[in-house]
Amino acid sequence: MHITTFTERPYAHIPEEEVIKNSSFFGVSNKFLDPVKGGALFNRYFDEKVYAEELGFDGVMLNEHHANPFTMGGVMDVEASILARITKKVKIALMGNPLPVADPLRLAEELATIDMISGGRLVTGWVRGAGCEQLANNINPTYNRERFDEAHDFIMQAWSKDGPWRYEGKHYEYRHVNPWVKPIQKPIPETWIPSLVSPETAEFAARNRYSYFALATFLAPTVEMWNLYADTAAKEGYQAGPECFGYLQKVVCADTDEEAYELGKNYVYGGGQPAFARPEWMFPAGYNSKAATKRMAYALTDPETNEAVVSGKDASEEINVPEMKKYNTEVLYKNLIRNRQIITGTPETCLVKIRNIMETLRPGIFAVWHIEGGPTTHEQSMKSMKLLGEEVLPKMREWAKELDLPGPGEVKPGSRKLPTNGKRDPVCDESALAA
Amino acid sequence: MNEWTTKTITAGGSELVFTEGGSGKPLLVLCEELGDPGWLKWKKELAKTRTLITPQHPGFGVSPRISWALSIGDLANYYAQVMVEQGWVGADVVGFSLGGWIAAEMAAQNPVQFSSMTLVAPMGIKPPSGDICDIYQYLTSDYLAYSVSNVDGTPEFGDLFGGEVTAEQFERFQDATAESARFAWQPYMNNPALSKRLGLIKDLPTQILWGDEDKIVPASAADVYQKSIQGSKVVTFKGCGHRPEIEQTDKFVAEVQSILS
Repeated sequence: MHITTFTERPYAHIPEEEVIKNSSFFGVSNKFLDPVKGGALFNRYFDEKVYAEELGFDGVMLNEHHANPFTMGGVMDVEASILARITKKVKIALMGNPLPVADPLRLAEELATIDMISGGRLVTGWVRGAGCEQLANNINPTYNRERFDEAHDFIMQAWSKDGPWRYEGKHYEYRHVNPWVKPIQKPIPETWIPSLVSPETAEFAARNRYSYFALATFLAPTVEMWNLYADTAAKEGYQAGPECFGYLQKVVCADTDEEAYELGKNYVYGGGQPAFARPEWMFPAGYNSKAATKRMAYALTDPETNEAVVSGKDASEEINVPEMKKYNTEVLYKNLIRNRQIITGTPETCLVKIRNIMETLRPGIFAVWHIEGGPTTHEQSMKSMKLLGEEVLPKMREWAKELDLPGPGEVKPGSRKLPTNGKRDPVCDESALAA
Repeated sequence: MNEWTTKTITAGGSELVFTEGGSGKPLLVLCEELGDPGWLKWKKELAKTRTLITPQHPGFGVSPRISWALSIGDLANYYAQVMVEQGWVGADVVGFSLGGWIAAEMAAQNPVQFSSMTLVAPMGIKPPSGDICDIYQYLTSDYLAYSVSNVDGTPEFGDLFGGEVTAEQFERFQDATAESARFAWQPYMNNPALSKRLGLIKDLPTQILWGDEDKIVPASAADVYQKSIQGSKVVTFKGCGHRPEIEQTDKFVAEVQSILS
């Protein structure tokens, strides 16, 4: 099993009431950014990544969001380049590069550079980018899927085809393709595809023999996606195994359960992940496929009144900040704990819940989403990481062996043969869901 | 009995759905970026003397998408082909918002296909002051509320698009705005060359109707339209937003009737 580490790298000094008033992290004015404090945070996050390597984690992970204090990493590849130099052994996973908003040739060069500097430690991940990323980069959401497919295809060519050559596609044109950087890993770097339960993405990953990486999604729909991946894999002629699946999980550790529970509240600072961006920014017209729009139309319509239940924020709408703060930390937090979206406790407490996830989902990649947000201090993060690294990690490794959960570095995704009867084996244990 | 019917034809190499109602010379109605808001009072009035033809724009959830059309100019060319094939050349035209832009592009390509042109708060020209409201950063319900000066004082506001956002209507809004994005994401809802291309128009009776409280397309663009189209005039609706046809229906109907050939 590959055990890696993640945080969103938030701009922690954002006033919580501004996020609550805006009903969203995306859209809060950058007048609240102090570059000196932001720079210190970037360096703190680098220190934490280096510490993760010292503790024995197998990887460090970054992500990219734009115009959003939820994640400062708008140019993730710059951070990854630094990690390529200041770390020695860990894999550097980029979950992921939003293809539709990138210049694909430039992206092919950036990633190849990171793989070269790190000695082949890059893990690429391709994403469509949230709706708000399209807005922040002024990329037509109507062409999101087309641009994703074309950019992906182009990058594969840029990494494999000897130049110079000329490219004329629908969305991109290049007169002279001949990058003097190429990935060390052949034919391409290890690849995981991050996703929030999108069937199209699960199928895309399976068809390309990429690992599918579930971004802290609920267990039941995650199981559905893994079954879909495994079915697609079977059609492609291979048996999916743990190496094909990764799971991201928020875990915070402290000396006592009570202390960890208190600290975990920082995950819902400002509303946490559910307050990432308002619906009008998450789903601009044309961003979703026709099928996804249809699903959403019915999901967002009250079956009794037949009226839309989706709501954004009207400029005249007044939001009661203290009430929302209370909601975030009491109602929202309790629900997230109950649904296992957040795990808190001593190492022993956390291990019980982690074991259940390992048994249910049988992932070959497990990413620990470290505590972050608002008032979380560097010392608190480091303490939680230390407990995880020293007391949780060894046990997880032992269990991974017992449960036979190899990562993609041990078994190549797509390399397992289907059983001779042609019917695929199960990839997860749904009976453990109820436990 | 319905005052209007829905028809499906094959024209310009594609299937096109339109509604038709009334009697008399054809009046082409080109709808806005959200699609067809429905058979409202102003239509009932004009239908007494005219046959109102309202195409459901290709790709807006009713008529199929035309994949070769990548811009409003392409869409204007498509509609010109439909006009010729259906024998509608010489019709009067009234276009609203995005539909006003389509009408202006059509007239810029071939002014003689219309007898008169009424542009109602048309997009298509970048306003010299203020910005065209970015529909891609609003929920449709908020965009709709923003489109009139006074929601409570606009009796037909609740009747727009059938009045309630059913799942089916939600899908149509998504389709319409997505297809609008395909045509006009960037430059946003305007064509920098349009004001010069309108120079081809020499003697097409044209009027430009605009509410002075329009928050969707700032009224500052009216002057540019007026200066670009020879002989055109601007009619300002005071205290009115982006929808004079429902905010000040009587005045709107009178103004349109005054120009009809």
